[in-house]
Amino acid sequence: MKTRYDVIVIGGGVNELVAATYLAKAGRAVLVVEPGETVGGVLVTREVFPGFAVDVCAHDLGWLDAQMVRDLDLASHGLDILGVESSLLIPGQDGRSLSLRADAAEAVRSIAEFSPADAAKWPAFLERVASLAGFLQTLYRVPPPLPTSRDRRDLRALLALGRRFRGLGKVGMLEFLRTLPMSVADMLDDWFEGDLLKGALGAGGVAHLDQGPRSAGTAFLLLHREAGRPPGALRTRTIVRGGVGQVARALANALTGRGGEVRLGAAIAGILVESGAATGVVLAGGEEISASTIVSGADPRRTFLEHLDPDHLDPEFIRAVQNIKFNGVAAKVNLALDALPSFAPAPGQPDGRLLRGTVSVSPSLEYLERAYDDAKYGRPSRRPTLEVTIPSLLDAGLAPEGKHVMSVWMQYAPYTLHQNTWNASARDALGQLVVDTLADYAPNLPGSILDRQVLTPADLEAEFGLSEGHLYQGHLTLDQILFMRPVPGWSGYRTPIDGLYLSGACTHPAGLAGGPGRLAAMRVLADRKRATRRPAGLRR
Amino acid sequence: MPGRTNSYDAIVIGGGHNGLVTAAYLARAGRRVLVLERREVLGGAAVSEEVFPGFTFSVFSYVVSLLRPEIIRELDLPAHGLQILPLESTLTPLPNGDYLAAWADPDLNRRELYRHSPKDAEAYDEFGRLMHHMAMAVKPILNMVPPDPTSLSPKELLSLAKLGKHFRDLGSERFSALFKLMTMSSADYLDEWFECEPLKATKSASGIIGTFLGPRSPGTAYVLLHHYMGEIDGAFRAWGFAKGGAGGISEAIASAARGFGAEIKTQADVEQVIVKRGRAAGVALADGTEVSAKLVVSSLDPHLTFLRLLEPGHLPEDLVEGVKRYRFRGSSGKVNLALSELPNFTCLPGRGPHLRGAISISPSVDYLERAYDDAKYGHYSRRPYMDIIIPSMIDPGMAPLGQHVMSIFVQYAPYDLNDGWNDQAREAFGETVIDTLADYAPNLKSSILHRQVLTPKDIEDMVGLTQGNIFQGELALQQLFFLRPLPQWAKYRTPVRGYYQCGSGTHPGGGVMGASGRLAALEILKDGSRWPK
Amino acid sequence: MLKVTPFHPRTSALAQGQAWRRWAGYTVLSAYALHHEPEYAAIRNSAALIDVSPLYKYVIRGPDAERLLNRVLPRELTKLKLHQVMYTPWCDGAGKVIDDGTVSRLGPDTFRLTSADPNLRWLSQNAVGMDVGIEDVSERTAALALQGPTSRAILNELCDGDVTQLRFFRLAVATIDSVPVTISRTGYTGDLGYEIWLDREQALTVWDAIMDAGRPFGMCPAGIHALDIARIEAGLLMIDIDYVSAHRALIEAQKSSPFELDLGWTVDLGKPSFVGRTALADEAARPPLWRLRGIAVDWDSLERLYAAVGLPPTLPSVAWRTSVPVLVEGGGVQVGYATSGCWSPLLKQYIALAHLEAAYSEPGTPLALEVTVEHRRRPAAARVVSLPFLDLERKRA
Repeated sequence: MKTRYDVIVIGGGVNELVAATYLAKAGRAVLVVEPGETVGGVLVTREVFPGFAVDVCAHDLGWLDAQMVRDLDLASHGLDILGVESSLLIPGQDGRSLSLRADAAEAVRSIAEFSPADAAKWPAFLERVASLAGFLQTLYRVPPPLPTSRDRRDLRALLALGRRFRGLGKVGMLEFLRTLPMSVADMLDDWFEGDLLKGALGAGGVAHLDQGPRSAGTAFLLLHREAGRPPGALRTRTIVRGGVGQVARALANALTGRGGEVRLGAAIAGILVESGAATGVVLAGGEEISASTIVSGADPRRTFLEHLDPDHLDPEFIRAVQNIKFNGVAAKVNLALDALPSFAPAPGQPDGRLLRGTVSVSPSLEYLERAYDDAKYGRPSRRPTLEVTIPSLLDAGLAPEGKHVMSVWMQYAPYTLHQNTWNASARDALGQLVVDTLADYAPNLPGSILDRQVLTPADLEAEFGLSEGHLYQGHLTLDQILFMRPVPGWSGYRTPIDGLYLSGACTHPAGLAGGPGRLAAMRVLADRKRATRRPAGLRR
Repeated sequence: MPGRTNSYDAIVIGGGHNGLVTAAYLARAGRRVLVLERREVLGGAAVSEEVFPGFTFSVFSYVVSLLRPEIIRELDLPAHGLQILPLESTLTPLPNGDYLAAWADPDLNRRELYRHSPKDAEAYDEFGRLMHHMAMAVKPILNMVPPDPTSLSPKELLSLAKLGKHFRDLGSERFSALFKLMTMSSADYLDEWFECEPLKATKSASGIIGTFLGPRSPGTAYVLLHHYMGEIDGAFRAWGFAKGGAGGISEAIASAARGFGAEIKTQADVEQVIVKRGRAAGVALADGTEVSAKLVVSSLDPHLTFLRLLEPGHLPEDLVEGVKRYRFRGSSGKVNLALSELPNFTCLPGRGPHLRGAISISPSVDYLERAYDDAKYGHYSRRPYMDIIIPSMIDPGMAPLGQHVMSIFVQYAPYDLNDGWNDQAREAFGETVIDTLADYAPNLKSSILHRQVLTPKDIEDMVGLTQGNIFQGELALQQLFFLRPLPQWAKYRTPVRGYYQCGSGTHPGGGVMGASGRLAALEILKDGSRWPK
Repeated sequence: MLKVTPFHPRTSALAQGQAWRRWAGYTVLSAYALHHEPEYAAIRNSAALIDVSPLYKYVIRGPDAERLLNRVLPRELTKLKLHQVMYTPWCDGAGKVIDDGTVSRLGPDTFRLTSADPNLRWLSQNAVGMDVGIEDVSERTAALALQGPTSRAILNELCDGDVTQLRFFRLAVATIDSVPVTISRTGYTGDLGYEIWLDREQALTVWDAIMDAGRPFGMCPAGIHALDIARIEAGLLMIDIDYVSAHRALIEAQKSSPFELDLGWTVDLGKPSFVGRTALADEAARPPLWRLRGIAVDWDSLERLYAAVGLPPTLPSVAWRTSVPVLVEGGGVQVGYATSGCWSPLLKQYIALAHLEAAYSEPGTPLALEVTVEHRRRPAAARVVSLPFLDLERKRA
């Protein structure tokens, strides 16, 4: 085994593999060190129950940038994209469900069952969301703009974005600026009256956020989640054969195909620094590996406060890192089922396809708000909101014949409990709560469960290295996005340590599989091209 | 106004402080101005009234927060009787019998804070310096007419470029700090600095005043700045209590306006703005009188300005839609008490300097959040946040000798109460307020001589503020600056030529500040060349 | 009410003119007598007892105590021996001075840091991931400065331990009237002197003992006015007066690096890392833009300026603490500013501490200090002097 590489990438998550593969493609000798036994990070599919392959953590790939898939030739390395599933089923409490699909006529028909007025506005709403999210998509393809920079390059980038912004038109621009800081509840109240519809859309505005739909800034999150996804429907999912973990497998293949190496079971004990520059890593076993570039996929708290000696960092910087808000609020429940759940039918909609996409237990904005109220005071929601997928419906290979896997994100389960800790009984209670909640909408569910896995925020932290169990390595609130992510002044993937870069979801554009990884790799390559050591003036 | 119905340059609808400021500036520029106020008293929400014999109350608004110093100077308000008396402290009584006090003296303040948290005592100074910088960064914005960020006209681009330069000159560090301040919740923002709960709660309370948001909701942090604005404003200690109550401010501005030649008429209820050939030409009063003028300025809120004072059809559809989705959501009430003796706080018994300052019922952030939770679901808070002052301690003329008046600002009291506001609900709300306060000052109940309870509905009915919102519309990010009150109509003008807006519903809005009224007047005067001959 | 020091029952009884002032939230005396001159004279001639309890004091202990201080302070802490004391400034991440004070090694893993401003938060922020306890002992610890040529003799009368052996910037554990104290040979006067640290509960016992022992040696209590003159003569800086803490500065220009305060000798760039090192290393590589220097006003020039209006020279009787322009020779262009100054009764000179543009900082350079003569601003001839103005052999002997 070599002891010296050009680049060491910490963590085998999708962003890290993307960064590694781009760097390997550029001719760098790259080593990925992953503490676990599989690559993928939060996007991992494992046989959790015998015969059942489960998307253990994240079950939504989000926006998989087609350009990146092409750049890295993932198709020939095993990535088989089955398509985009647009179905969104929102079961009601009165025996009727709402179904939203990419087929506009069908969606309008389903909405009209509840409110003809809402149905009439649906196409215009989709258009508005698509246009606003479209501008976010533009922002997410490039490093975050630096509004106070005097660097020519930054100014040019800012001007280019300004021109794209003007492309929204006068009304579009004003709507964008007005909508971003709004609460998703206000935004939806401007458009709609139907509880199920607003609940389903509102759930998108609070996913993995410790805020309720009435909190300002949640309209942004709704738009954020739609950036890069195909228009015509909301909360769609890209489906790949073999589960979400297949993306990482394809990436690992692409990486090794380019001469990169992946070492599994290799936990990091520390990052080595000499005279303010990274020189390598120490593994848990004491082995030292050198490299002049380290790309860390760990979140800033882990990277700076655990992997580094704080002596290398300014207290001001440490304070900024300590101030990043994580507080995970979502828990994951995975189920093996021997029958499909019997959600209430959506009037006028073909039953067969209703469960293929996402089922959203979010009957109203008030339901979401009350769920959040519990979390505010440090306890799990008594009536949680759920995001449910049944991947085996689209990819039969994931479960034995006639059986299914169900993946459920439950919210809110705050990382910090005021009266309790996340012990075994709290975990069991959480699992039971999810099953009970589902049973309200699909009464046959409890009887069809073969097996169950529950991951509390504490489990997500322990298993996936996510601080406080937050899926995106820090909340996506307005104060923690763009040039504020991960900490103000350090949004360009660089860190105060020369040669140490960040590539995880803690960087821009968070929550987009591979997006930060690609931009981090670009930054590494640009820096090395410009100079072996960047001038002092560029640091901030 | 016999014989002169045709001779006004401008009519200002509403004699609130902003309307009066606009009138004063227009009159100062030599225009013939008439102010029409529906009520018998001037001042809108900034009035002093002898509600009970011998007891004078600042019925609604009760502190001078950010009254612009340039207005005080340009209108020479002290010569017209304005005198601002300092509010020197804030006392936060705590359920455990202790208290947190904020004193004006830095040494005393540090010592008090040190008692609760040594680290916070240090952080407090550092926080204050950051706020100082943030206030410097924001101040120019308060004094500017919002630019239109979507326009390509050279004038707008220049104005935007200036704004851009202003922000770039802040540097990355301060710009980020400002960005955080504008986007974060006050609770989160304060969590980055402090650990002492009552401190965080009392500070964050200023961020929720007048909004329908809780302290954990993003967008509530920037109001933290307001307490620091006065210090950099050239009007040190501008935060205070006006002699004679809030009406003292209105009276001073009215007196200044009159001094410049403006006419002010009360009990003149404007029913409609008369529009002729697409141009405002005067107003029609409820009693049938019509008064004509070259232009009309409304100081009322956007809802009234656009939807009530104008006949439908004068406005583009998108503007009407915009006004309809403009958020008012009054969330606060007011309880005014006439007291036979001073409240005796268990935590700090007896008469003391703490009774000359504000008293804040805000023991913890959770307390405020729970107060908000009630309101979210259509109740008034069972344990409300209160901001209390005892004006008679500062200005003894407010009550008979030895007796006192107490002003209690209460939040949350949602305008849309489940089952609606009625006499019964109002009294029950009043009881809740008094019960809550009596927990901290047990002699309160027996010392109450009279009580006036004002719900958001009462505020709407009495002063006209839609849904009882004290700021003529929520001070939420999407309703600020070039978005206030509406995108494209943030420059005090309206689609009707010669019809202007100058109320708190326009930039920068909020509090007894007068900036909206002043900026509106300056804009109106800029249009002077286009006034009809 | 402001806080009072543990010695207040005694100091207040001696306050002839009730000349109270604030110091860090405490009320202390500017002078005990109606005029401070005898108190100053005691510092230089016999001994003076000064209540310095308002200083902030922190005890830092634990396995990482040395590591924490080595991270926060620019000086090399590992060199600090047991019972040794070090004067040091400390900086923020940008290498600008936050505060200055002394650090003493009380035990292998125990230190005491004194400072002019509160520093608990700053120390805690730097202690991330360290096994260290930081205790604010400011209120609990009373402190007295015994300064002046006879201070050693007085302590010898008082202490069972032999303090005659105590070297400059060393400390000893001793008892005074059975009260355990630590005595450090440090001070803020530039004279032979000691500082005595003790628990506040025993403050009065120790005060009385020292007063009794000191009387035969001409000792008297002294207030801040006397101390101020002594420290200017000794060229010692005062925070908020001679420099602005980087934590209090409102603009960049108000901040100073250690080099600009002529404290470059405290910056040990041999240490691999400490807060502000990167910026300080950059700065060390180029000449500083500003220097801190002494300014001595030419008496003849001053006399001429006053004579022109028919007056003899008059100078403020206490040290001043305002910013005064320093100009090129003969007046005109401003090349610096003086931040504190006084008439030195010992040197018989009008002196000031000044921040000077580096080009004008060479000792001997003729400059001018702005003086106000009968309501009119005039340039008094002055020259640059290296600090301290007064360097007494007995201070370290």
